[in-house]
Amino acid sequence: MAVVFDRPNSLEDVSTHFCPGCGHGIVHRLVCEVLDEMGVIGDTIAVVPVGCSVMSYNYFGCDVIQAPHGRAPAVATGAKRVNPDKVVFTYQGDGDLAAIGTAETVHSGTRGENIVIIFINNTTYGMTGGQMAPTTLPGQVTQTTPFGRNTDTAGFPIRICEMMSTLSGVALAQRVAIDSVPHIREAKKAIRKAFDNQVNKRGLSIVEVLSTCPTNWGLSPTASMDFVRDKMIPYYPLGVYKDKTADEEAAK
Amino acid sequence: MKGNEALAEAAIRCGCKCFFGYPITPQTELSAYMAKRMEKSGGVFLQAESEIAAINMVLGAASTGVRAMTSSSSPGVSLKAEGISYMAGSDLPAVIINVQRGGPGLGSIQPAQSDYFQATKAMGHGDFHVMVLAPCSVQEMVDAVTLAFDKADQYRMPVMILADGLLGQMMEPVTFPEAKTELPDKSDWAACGHKNGRKHHIINSLFLDAPLLEAKVKERYERYKQIEENETDAELYMCDGAEIVVAAYGATARVAKSAVTKARAEGIKAGLFRPKTLWPFPVKEINQACKDAKCILDVEMSMGQMIYDVKLATECRIPVEFYGRTGGVIPTPAEVYDEIKKLTGGAQ
Amino acid sequence: MEKMQVRFERCKGCGLCVSACPKKLVVIQKEKRNEKGYFTAVCSDQDACISCMMCAMMCPDCAIKIEK
Repeated sequence: MAVVFDRPNSLEDVSTHFCPGCGHGIVHRLVCEVLDEMGVIGDTIAVVPVGCSVMSYNYFGCDVIQAPHGRAPAVATGAKRVNPDKVVFTYQGDGDLAAIGTAETVHSGTRGENIVIIFINNTTYGMTGGQMAPTTLPGQVTQTTPFGRNTDTAGFPIRICEMMSTLSGVALAQRVAIDSVPHIREAKKAIRKAFDNQVNKRGLSIVEVLSTCPTNWGLSPTASMDFVRDKMIPYYPLGVYKDKTADEEAAK
Repeated sequence: MKGNEALAEAAIRCGCKCFFGYPITPQTELSAYMAKRMEKSGGVFLQAESEIAAINMVLGAASTGVRAMTSSSSPGVSLKAEGISYMAGSDLPAVIINVQRGGPGLGSIQPAQSDYFQATKAMGHGDFHVMVLAPCSVQEMVDAVTLAFDKADQYRMPVMILADGLLGQMMEPVTFPEAKTELPDKSDWAACGHKNGRKHHIINSLFLDAPLLEAKVKERYERYKQIEENETDAELYMCDGAEIVVAAYGATARVAKSAVTKARAEGIKAGLFRPKTLWPFPVKEINQACKDAKCILDVEMSMGQMIYDVKLATECRIPVEFYGRTGGVIPTPAEVYDEIKKLTGGAQ
Repeated sequence: MEKMQVRFERCKGCGLCVSACPKKLVVIQKEKRNEKGYFTAVCSDQDACISCMMCAMMCPDCAIKIEK
């Protein structure tokens, strides 16, 4: 009998603070599986945000820098520019990336920074107790939209991948989800493509992962997965919104 | 050479490997110079999308053990406050230059010193200090950059050079130190990839366990105490037997020096105390300068901010008067001279 | 021989593996709580397990090791 599935080495062997059924744990594992397969953990620098995943510095086995809220792409830019041979990635939530950090996200894309952005979209600010995020769906109830998000007053959710795909410096903008095993496999492939892009110096790769927040959604972990499938995916269609490598192959 | 450009050249000579800037008068030439010179010297120049992004790029680069710098002017430095607090909280060395301009708000583009409080008392949230150096000439700015990088690495903290638009825009002859090749080894804490050879390094300022955070802050304050004891610096000019001592720093100190020289020529026992470090404030030096003084005249390009440290340092034993211009208005030697005369009733 | 091994102290009883298992073999046992106070997942029939790893892939806490 051989072990066919176990914790990736790049993921520290510790229990996490994430709530039961939270999607962060799955995405952490996928990122670390990719880092294992590429054998780059010794040359990797992770940049973690402010939010539920701030304490990922205890989980990612590589060197980690904790960035101020929203500024991870800028911190990653600084780290990558002076260490071009290192693998640098940010791991950010939707409040961090799509609200306070929008400028840093867009400009690391326009500059084509050779970094990977793992963007977790769970439609809420998890750490602070479930407030509305830029990705909160119309009508969705949160701490700060107690009567459901009213787009007349609280505006519309932002589709990051579509926005980023318009920037020339972006090599990959792909949205995936972790609500089912096939989607998890797809997510891993996208993450691998993103890190390959970085190693091949193709510019910025952003992988948006539709994920869950059972605690703040007030749903069970399995019901949360259904929410991703039934409510989030229709508003945030999965797919590749930009892929320079594929475009170039097609052009050949 | 122009002050702003000398600051940039000095940084390159000190082995600064990256500069992240953003345009703002009166320091923009510094970024422009970096754009020309940095890449040629094997370093990184990047104009960020905001001062906030710039300070965070410094944070990222410094985290990997590289000498990093950014510069801005008053409003931009306000934007960098959070990042600087994070860097202090993560024990990251870096050099931050503030070429001050009139404030508050958009203020003006002429020189001022109204960011003294911000730099020395409250550069950001939380218990921390940044060392603050106050050069008063282009040569001193070059020397300040060299000192700043060394002290930043030595004490693992951000160091600020508090200049102003006058110093940034003026041109003076200057000599540069030899290019520094060997730089301090930071591999014991830097987050630059562990090559599977060590435990991973974490650059972080979050400590949810309060006693642990307290211990971290207290350890930092031990370092601050060492700095206060060993790193103060000031110039005392004609202070022997001085009955009135003018306290001024930066460009204002040059104005005050002319006034003091003139007063002395007319028999008024005047002297000048010029702090070269604003934090740590030169307490020993000011008391030495004022040992015979009956009065101190604090002169600043602000409504009076350093005056509080002057009073604190001398424990209000001697009356401290104030003369200041603000909003970008530069005091003239004649104005300062008149104040000295008014306070001393002319030569006895 | 256990094809599906759950690390008792790591499991948070979230139940994602239960819904992921194509053979519906995984259940949350209610006899014993782990240190954190969670009832944990367990494979009800190791022989019927086909080591497809789907439960492990859905697990957010790397609490499941699969052998084949």
